[in-house]
Amino acid sequence: MTTTTTAYDAVASACDDVREGGPDDAVDGVPVGAVARPASTEQVAEVVRAAAARGLTVVPRGRGTKLTWALPPTSADVVVDLSAMDRVLDHAAGDLIVEAQAGTRLADVQATVGGAGQRLVLDETVRGASIGGTLATNASGPQRMLVGTARDLLIGITVVRADGVVARAGGRVVKNVAGYDLGKLMIGSYGTLAVVTEALFRLHPVPAVQRWVSVPVDTPDRAHQLAQAVVHGQTVPGALEVDWPAGGTGTLTVQYGGNPDGVEGRVATALSLLGAEAVVADETPAGWASYPWGAGETGVKLTFVLSGLRDVIEAAHEVGATVRGSAGTGVVHAALTDPAGLDVLRAVCGRHGGSAVVVDAPAEVKRSVDVWGPVPGLDLMRRVKDQFDAEHRLAPGRFVVSERRDLG
Amino acid sequence: MTTGTTGLAAVTARARELVPAAGVITDHARLRTYECDGLAHYRVTPALVVIPEDAAQLAGVVKACAEQGVPYVARGSGTGLSGGALPHAEGVLVVTSKMRSIREVCRADQRAVVEPGVINLDVTRAATPHGYYYAPDPSSQQVCSIGGNVAENSGGAHCLKYGFTTNHVIAADLVTPQGDLVTIGTAAPDAPGYDLLGTVVGSEGTLGVVTSATVRLTRLPEEVRTVLVGFQSTDAAGAAVSAIIAAGVLPAAIEMMDALAIEAAEAAVQCNYPEGAGAVLVIELDGAAVEVAEEYAEVERLCRENGSFEQRLATDPVERALIWKGRKSAFAAVGRISPDYIVQDGVIPRTALPEVLAAIAELSASTGVRVANVFHAGDGNLHPLVLFDETREGEAEAAEEVSGAILDLCIQHGGSITGEHGVGMDKAKYMPKMYDADDLDTMQLVRCAFDPDGISNPGKIFPTPRLCGEVPGRRKGAHPLVEAGVAEAF
Ligand SMILES: Cc1cc2nc3c(=O)[nH]c(=O)nc-3n(C[C@H](O)[C@H](O)[C@H](O)COP(=O)(O)OP(=O)(O)OC[C@H]3O[C@@H](n4cnc5c(N)ncnc54)[C@H](O)[C@@H]3O)c2cc1C
Repeated sequence: MTTTTTAYDAVASACDDVREGGPDDAVDGVPVGAVARPASTEQVAEVVRAAAARGLTVVPRGRGTKLTWALPPTSADVVVDLSAMDRVLDHAAGDLIVEAQAGTRLADVQATVGGAGQRLVLDETVRGASIGGTLATNASGPQRMLVGTARDLLIGITVVRADGVVARAGGRVVKNVAGYDLGKLMIGSYGTLAVVTEALFRLHPVPAVQRWVSVPVDTPDRAHQLAQAVVHGQTVPGALEVDWPAGGTGTLTVQYGGNPDGVEGRVATALSLLGAEAVVADETPAGWASYPWGAGETGVKLTFVLSGLRDVIEAAHEVGATVRGSAGTGVVHAALTDPAGLDVLRAVCGRHGGSAVVVDAPAEVKRSVDVWGPVPGLDLMRRVKDQFDAEHRLAPGRFVVSERRDLG
Repeated sequence: MTTGTTGLAAVTARARELVPAAGVITDHARLRTYECDGLAHYRVTPALVVIPEDAAQLAGVVKACAEQGVPYVARGSGTGLSGGALPHAEGVLVVTSKMRSIREVCRADQRAVVEPGVINLDVTRAATPHGYYYAPDPSSQQVCSIGGNVAENSGGAHCLKYGFTTNHVIAADLVTPQGDLVTIGTAAPDAPGYDLLGTVVGSEGTLGVVTSATVRLTRLPEEVRTVLVGFQSTDAAGAAVSAIIAAGVLPAAIEMMDALAIEAAEAAVQCNYPEGAGAVLVIELDGAAVEVAEEYAEVERLCRENGSFEQRLATDPVERALIWKGRKSAFAAVGRISPDYIVQDGVIPRTALPEVLAAIAELSASTGVRVANVFHAGDGNLHPLVLFDETREGEAEAAEEVSGAILDLCIQHGGSITGEHGVGMDKAKYMPKMYDADDLDTMQLVRCAFDPDGISNPGKIFPTPRLCGEVPGRRKGAHPLVEAGVAEAF
């Protein structure tokens, strides 16, 4: 049932834009039977229902910028390409909310809401990313420090279930505790629970001015001390980033946004905290809100409680990894040239209450390492998966966790 | 589900083995003291009350419930306003009031680890010496428990800027409806896998019992400015709120009270609000001192431009406390001007405020039912207090009707039936007005994953339970690790 014609035939009449999968459609190396490009939630539901009727696997695709993240699916009979669902459906400026279809580029959302002096506080960490893909991968950047991540901004969601049923949760208001928060469950689920088709977010005002204060740091201990000084200080930073190239020395950067006088005062305080070598810039520094890994390298997301910063940087240094990310929240990304360093990073993050998850890596690396590592609550997750997708047809295998691992 | 005395007797016997005698209550008179939560017109006497001292005892009791098919309900401080902790007549009420230790306060990590019975304000008290506090601040914070906050995803006046409970809980220990103790989330952010924690927070005790919560602590701000602003009308006050938000200012709190609510607060706590005001706003700005000074100037101007006739800036903590006293005592104060009242918790998009307030006023005028309005104006969370006198024929029904009509208004404007008090028993019947059958069915997939037998706080949130059924075992394209039986594929 996984032959090309079958997949194509199965969904060909489900929406107007269906074609056979070609070599360029492969999902992280996995061949695709058919690509359906629905234009509405209803059409997505039609496609998913048609696939369900034939027992076909379904892999959602937004703009394809992070398809190589997590493990490759074990099968991809039908790719649901959401790029035709690219509209901002509603921007209610007075209510500071925006509603968009899942395939809408984050940049396009920003352009729309930016006209009213507003922004969706999600960093575009990979150029061209869609909001659906950003949710599915729970991608985040420097701005997570002040307002958080997708889970703190998403207020409503529309999904298509594995059986093709359309469901909504949340709503158009920021404050809402009616029913379970299904939106959060979708964030970071890599398309394994349902296909996200529409999302509503809360917005924030664009600050009048922004400044970046950077300081070179030559030891992990120095970075640690300064980061602690900043987080326990009173300057209310919008971001606190560390950037530490493999084999080199690091930089800490604190970002401020707000009113002109306010920012000036906060920057002055920051300069006194960070010492004589600190400098102020009025433009985003190079590398800001981007991941450190390049082609062929292994990208790992490291999380830890703040008191672990020193040890994490030290460990990264030891295994020759570049690290970059939010020193203010304990979420950084590492680029490894030799994936053997993963175990060292995982151990140090584990000691500091966190985890090390391989985000993106060459196929052969993903085959040879434990991509996800220990996952607390795994049994409950399996039960959730079984309820939402009993036949395991949605992005199967993206999330594979070894049972040999300690789950605590 | 097989309930009844046999099952219950077995659970009682097990509870006596696990929990010290004082923590197992079977005496009818004492059971009755647990018959309701903060929403006192729903009353059910539980069959058994158990007050465990730790997670292991609690898990043991839930495991016995699971084995016997006996339903159970968790209870924190019982201040909930939706009947969420309303007991089950044939079930066990598991009370967390003896699990009150703050296990850890860590300044370096900006975290605290607390047991579920810990009182909200005590977390802040423990963190304050370190320069930190626990941001979610329900008006009931002197009495409500963290477990209850987690279950309800409680909010508070300062949630406009700082978010709700869900934004501040990073990990939890949960006793599942099977009686297993599991940790969800990690002390660090972004735990790998599905965001189970995000689903458990706000699930009103239907997915298990939280026995420990790791919460984020927030830096105490350098500067706080609280200003009380008087307006002729709620429309003028509402316009000021819109202007402030449109100007890009995000205050820590913007609260509104209308004339009737002011009258009640005045009678109760003599808060000395501006005389003759048709509405007052309590606006609080916090953050870095330089930033707050600039924002305050803007807020002051915007209020003036929108017709404020008096602005009173608190100059010290005593004055600030007095301003907040009027607001925070508003619910109880309404008891001074009416023997009975219903507190609603609907939410509307902020821009719909003038329209919805006008519609509520019309409803009140046409039915003769008085409505006092106290609300979180910044995020459109209304708390209309619908006044009535139960001893007078028909008044309770009329109030109930007005109250329902207000929720309809909220839904019509794209809002929610509850912003922070939860659905519980009280609003389950309104859920189908907000969500369609498929939406509710999908939410209940989560319920089926956690609690297929439906024993954890049954009858709450969902008007009709979903039958969970067997999960078919068909799989496609298994990963080699999975086929070898060493891994779990999703
Ligand atoms: C005067 C007053 C003012 C209030 N103001 C606010 C406000 O500003 N904002 C706001 O959000 N709420 C407010 N509330 C409502 C209430 O205080 C909150 O919902 C609070 O979180 C309930 O906590 P509790 O400990 O009393 O929980 P309870 O009432 O005991 O229980 C509430 C729910 O939580 C469940 N539960 C309790 N403990 C656990 C646990 N450990 N694990 C799993 N489930 C559990 C119960 O089963 C129930 O469903 C107010 C209430 C009053 C009386």
